[in-house]
Amino acid sequence: MAEDKKYTKIQELTYELKVGNVMTKKVVTVSPQKTIYKLRNILRTKLISGTPVVDKGKLIGIISIEDFMKCLAKGERNIPVEERMTKNVKTLYVDEPLVHAVRKFDQYGFGRFPVIERGKGKLVGIITKGDIIKGLLKKLEIDYHKEEIHRYRASHIFEDIVADRTTLTFHYNVVGEDFNRAGESASGLKKTLFRLGIRPDSVRRAAIAAYEAEMNIVVFTDGGKLTVSVETHRIKIEASDSGPGIPDIEQAMQPGFSTAPEWIRELGFGAGMGLLNIKNCADKMNLTSKVGKGTHLEAIIYLNQR
Amino acid sequence: MITLKEIIQKLNLEVMSASGDFDREIRGGYVSDLLSDVIANSKEGNIWITLQTHPNIVAVATLKELAGIIIVNKRKPEDETLKKAEEENIPVMVTELSAFEIVGRLYELGIGRATENAKEV
Repeated sequence: MAEDKKYTKIQELTYELKVGNVMTKKVVTVSPQKTIYKLRNILRTKLISGTPVVDKGKLIGIISIEDFMKCLAKGERNIPVEERMTKNVKTLYVDEPLVHAVRKFDQYGFGRFPVIERGKGKLVGIITKGDIIKGLLKKLEIDYHKEEIHRYRASHIFEDIVADRTTLTFHYNVVGEDFNRAGESASGLKKTLFRLGIRPDSVRRAAIAAYEAEMNIVVFTDGGKLTVSVETHRIKIEASDSGPGIPDIEQAMQPGFSTAPEWIRELGFGAGMGLLNIKNCADKMNLTSKVGKGTHLEAIIYLNQR
Repeated sequence: MITLKEIIQKLNLEVMSASGDFDREIRGGYVSDLLSDVIANSKEGNIWITLQTHPNIVAVATLKELAGIIIVNKRKPEDETLKKAEEENIPVMVTELSAFEIVGRLYELGIGRATENAKEV
């Protein structure tokens, strides 16, 4: 049964993908006046077994290694390509579904099809069976990755819990001055909020606020806590530490104001924009601090009901 | 339309972390070495040009869902940065050009003229 399912998935993809998605865009071509002998060098150095013949940007034929071998047998080294090429070229359009390409390969047994634009007939690529396989594998991998993310979804949790009010709380410990691990809490939170089925724009705002709060703890204190509580109508992010405290909050909120030491600024932190970023992302923000005691930050993001 | 893969080929970028979506279409970018600035002003799907090499650039790129990071002036990203980039599927590239030069090349390729970002998800 699993086998069956795989098969239909690939079939589905051959309808979804276009020839243009999987073709090779860099096409090696020859001009009609090239001699068969020169063609040999092109095929050999480019490791290909056939190539379109193009005259002034227009596709006029195709020549393959079999054609070349026939000429060789007859001793026709210096005959121009145009006299031995296949003139009635079978092509595919760039916007055709991949399934057409699969059918044409079956029907004609050719090794390659030039790909042209509809209308102008301009050559834009070339497609081989190898390109189709590669394209399908890549698409499968991307789809699998998306499915994996989807499988972890826990968006039904709020509906499953029967209570007058439900709050989910996540705790993250933030280690001070550990720049290698800095940002892990925020990225963990982001994944978690996605799995809860919260809308992407709200997730982004929450993750940015959490990241900046986390970085402040890492840069300025010897550690603290990030607590995030989620209800159906809002996300609340709290960051608290027992670090040095902020003497003048109004000043700290000014864009560009920073007390970060030089070496930290060189790393790109301490730009004096963190608190402002939090403020811009949150619907409500509250910051309290006591010098020598610590800082408490609260940011609330309201979730629009769908 | 131009993909990350095509940018890499055309500008001869050295790919340091190859996990991620290289067929993603790139429409715009952001240049900055200040992380909070990138967080505030970059857009989803942007290519980010910076000289920073430490692991936090991956956190920022993940946070903003950026398409990839180009590190300038041939600076080598830290091992931890590349490890995180692989985990988070953030492509990391290095160029020997300066930020000014690489942005110029990106504009020549037509990136940045349409800055509206595609809505995803």
